[in-house]
Amino acid sequence: MFTDTVLLSATTPFSYFPIVLQLCAALGFVGLTMFATHFLGPKRKTSDKLVTFESGIEQKGNARQPVAIKYFLTAILFVLFDVEVIFFYPYAVNFRELGWDGFLAMLLFVAFFLGGFFYILKKGALKWED
Amino acid sequence: MQHVWIVLGVLFVFLNIAAGLIWVERRLLALWQDRLGPNRAGPLGLFIVLADTLKLFFKEDWIPPFADKWVFILAPTVVVASVLMGLAIIPFAPGIVVADLNVGLMFFLAMSSLGVYSIVLGGWASNNKYSLLGALRGASQMIAYEVFMGLSLMGVVMLSRSFNLTEIVAAQEKIWYVFLQPVGFIIFFIAGLAETHRLPFDIPEAESELIAGFHAEYSGMKFGMFFIGEYLGISLISAMTVTLFFGGWLGPAFLPPVVWFFLKTFLFIGLFILLRASLPRPRYDQLMAYGWKLLLPLVLANLLITGAVALWLKS
Repeated sequence: MFTDTVLLSATTPFSYFPIVLQLCAALGFVGLTMFATHFLGPKRKTSDKLVTFESGIEQKGNARQPVAIKYFLTAILFVLFDVEVIFFYPYAVNFRELGWDGFLAMLLFVAFFLGGFFYILKKGALKWED
Repeated sequence: MQHVWIVLGVLFVFLNIAAGLIWVERRLLALWQDRLGPNRAGPLGLFIVLADTLKLFFKEDWIPPFADKWVFILAPTVVVASVLMGLAIIPFAPGIVVADLNVGLMFFLAMSSLGVYSIVLGGWASNNKYSLLGALRGASQMIAYEVFMGLSLMGVVMLSRSFNLTEIVAAQEKIWYVFLQPVGFIIFFIAGLAETHRLPFDIPEAESELIAGFHAEYSGMKFGMFFIGEYLGISLISAMTVTLFFGGWLGPAFLPPVVWFFLKTFLFIGLFILLRASLPRPRYDQLMAYGWKLLLPLVLANLLITGAVALWLKS
């Protein structure tokens, strides 16, 4: 069932070698450019640069304060849902071999998935105004 | 040795596209908004690209003393590097691909989710309330739409039975997947807009409320990296859309495959710019409700219907 010859054809450790090359090229480009501009530009240290600009609101307190829990909740929801999404991937490749039995199992899985989703909705995790 | 040339070629071509987009975007926006756009420097104002690049190179490299220095430098590095890595698995023509991985699609999703780090780290390191707020918005927007992006591609995987992008393109020989997976295409493109935080979903940077959001404190080439990263991201999402839904390099034989690929890609880059020219920005809670309450059920239904129809046709 899982011996799809087409899928396994390209799996050698060497096929990941160009990825390393690409990483070197990408980091090399970014590193060189930022390194070069560090020396190319002028350097003037003045206190004026710290003065408020643009919308001109005076600086007040520390920026790193507690923020709304909603952002954190979205992150947790992402972890939950993305893990569930991962279970779809093997099914998507093999669903023809698994046939209607596999489809029914998937329906059950989606039902659980949606059950959790409606629970979250009812709990108001996605309500932004309170 | 051949690999090295392809890697350098991809880097060269896409960095030039990203630079050229500075001009293309401003001219197209001007066209659609009934203005002239940049037309002074050189023929058709084309030298504005050169002027902008040179200016960014010779700006002072200034890091605010209240910022976290190393994280501040890391953020723009991550944004460009992750997008360039994403380009590694795209087949531009038969045989012209950096790495023909059997898990290509997964690799793309992994790299596009790395982009979240650049926003969070950049916003946090800046130590500025606007930046931090932009970073938080960006993070939850991008990770939420990550889920829908992953799910919207499952329909394509079900039809082609492969994560390898070369095989996915080859499987579209008879019919492009946009006709078989219209819902998947639309959701992928919307999620792509949110992932690249382009207008109308540019809520993390929203000039009118957050000044420039997560990159408000950046200047010089570090700002330039966010700038290039955005254009590279547009090119990456356009190239992926073409590969997955519009037959990649496939096209009538009178033009070479690479030309077909880039023609289609430029069409989608144009669509990105048209959306910027024509749509207003939604509110943050509207964006979230739209994603979770509309796109998620829709993409799940698309997945199940695709599976049911494919099984029914087979039996």
